[in-house]
Amino acid sequence: MNDDEKSVTPEPESDESGSQRPTSLIDRLKKGLSPFIAKGKKDLRAAKDYKRTQVWKSVFRHKLDETPRNRALAVLTNVFLHLQPAKVNRDAIRFGFTWGMGGITLYLFIVLTITGVFLMFYYHPTKGQAYLDIMYLHNDVPFGGLLRNMHRWGAHLMIITVWLHMFRVFLTGSYKTPREFNWSIGVILLVLTLLLSFTGYLLPDDQLGFWAVTVGTNMARATPLLGHEGPFGSLLGMTAYNDVRFALLGGSIVDANALLRAYIWHCIAIPLILAVFLTVHFWRVRKDGSISGPAPVMLESEMKFPRK
Amino acid sequence: MDWGQLWEIVSAPDNVPIVAMLFLVPFFTWYGFRQALANDRLIERLSKDPELAKTHHRKVEPYREGWSQKLYVWPHLLRVEFLAAIIVTVILMIWSITLNAPLEEPANPNLTMNPAKAPWYFLGLQEMLVYFDPWIAGVVMPTFILLGLIIIPYVDTNPLGNGYYTFRQRKFAILTFLFGFFVLWLSMVFIGTFIRGPGWMWFWPGQTWDHHRLVFEVNRDLNEIFGIVNQPWVGLFGAAAVGLYFVVFGWLTHKLFVWNDFNRKIFQQMTLVQYLTLQTFLLVMWALPVKIILRLVFRIKYVMVTPWFNI
Repeated sequence: MNDDEKSVTPEPESDESGSQRPTSLIDRLKKGLSPFIAKGKKDLRAAKDYKRTQVWKSVFRHKLDETPRNRALAVLTNVFLHLQPAKVNRDAIRFGFTWGMGGITLYLFIVLTITGVFLMFYYHPTKGQAYLDIMYLHNDVPFGGLLRNMHRWGAHLMIITVWLHMFRVFLTGSYKTPREFNWSIGVILLVLTLLLSFTGYLLPDDQLGFWAVTVGTNMARATPLLGHEGPFGSLLGMTAYNDVRFALLGGSIVDANALLRAYIWHCIAIPLILAVFLTVHFWRVRKDGSISGPAPVMLESEMKFPRK
Repeated sequence: MDWGQLWEIVSAPDNVPIVAMLFLVPFFTWYGFRQALANDRLIERLSKDPELAKTHHRKVEPYREGWSQKLYVWPHLLRVEFLAAIIVTVILMIWSITLNAPLEEPANPNLTMNPAKAPWYFLGLQEMLVYFDPWIAGVVMPTFILLGLIIIPYVDTNPLGNGYYTFRQRKFAILTFLFGFFVLWLSMVFIGTFIRGPGWMWFWPGQTWDHHRLVFEVNRDLNEIFGIVNQPWVGLFGAAAVGLYFVVFGWLTHKLFVWNDFNRKIFQQMTLVQYLTLQTFLLVMWALPVKIILRLVFRIKYVMVTPWFNI
């Protein structure tokens, strides 16, 4: 502070003395700028202590010193992290108990969303064009092949991790009270994951996808009551042009409409529905008392049955 | 032994996840059961020694006096999650750089793929088509599988084993799940991927896929064995056969369910609705292996034949 004031103070004296020397332009400029320079120096000093600035404080709502309080706040005041509690069971962090498959599934869903959005920039859900887009993407777009491969293998990996997640939840009995409802939500998420993968299968519009979806949707013909080849279907007036398969494909064969429908289900409808169920799933994990264990073992002699 | 054929199937890009599962599933099964058996030993020790049960911390995880039971998510859990995300990314990157996603010829409705296979995770359903008509294999069974999974927590009234690995305390539930997951789902996926060749015929691994192979199978319906050929007797006979299956297997399932004292205690706590729901889903589940054996061993196609549908 003192240094600044010294450099500024001589200026007014020379002005008041009324000397004949005309004030040079440089001096006048110096004089005019000096308050701003002083402010700038002040700002620079403040920048060294940036954590006390208004901007910093408005973004980060607590200090970062390593205190228990701040460790809790780091999770609680962050929109992405507040999904998790401030503290967890010491044993629950061990890989052995959780296998981490639920978290990996979420991570893969995020990876798939990001790569999927990039893929959408290069893809037209149009018969004829779709296949060419994939060729173009794979051979000409920079990193296009990597993008498509990551999307494909990520999707396969996600199905495996969902199955393993369910397997772990079953083996640890984590679906038992009070987590029954969340298990059911989980089963719906499993269905949506499979449907996401299945609708994506058709999009390259190649022989593999075409016949896989043909085989898959042919089963819908046989739906009881609602399919034209299913039990009692024809009695209810079902034909190839009004049954449930027709509704799925937008036609009686896997063609342009089916491609468009698969695209919209794959990119918009199912991800949105899945996001809703995902939210409920995570919310219930917290509300049902976080991760189920590892809980202390219970003995047969202590068994209590809940009241109905 | 046709190694080329075997390699062609195993290395098909879309079959890689199943090859991966051949290693992942046994590993995690072993991993889970190792902990289950460790817990079971602890449970046995504690139930023999009530004094120890009062003071023991009741986990197999290491434990020291003075350790805080809870840890801060930041940094302890977030560090693990961050590491996991990096590892998954690296695996996915390497996989994506080394192996290209499949892209075949443009779709051509006039050129049928043989075999035309569903995506690998649905091959279990496609394999079921061998044993059931499409309305069962493609619609009824998937519905029952999903509903069956959803109702598990509501029919499993055993309060033990909540939140820890154990086998001893949940034998019936775990064995049923393993049977459904391994035998009825995963093995069917493996058969659909590795065994089924052109014309959906059975080719052992390493056997050349012969597109001109003919198999002369004489399949018959159950009623034909008994010399019943005219409706409505065929339908009535079939209904009786299905009814008999439900009675006999319902009885067997019940015997299995109340096998020991502990299970009888669980059974006493169940409501009638819970028990009947459990029975229904188990009976539909057993129907698959029963039908597989009828088909593969006894060459029986349908058990029940009616003018509208066949089972």
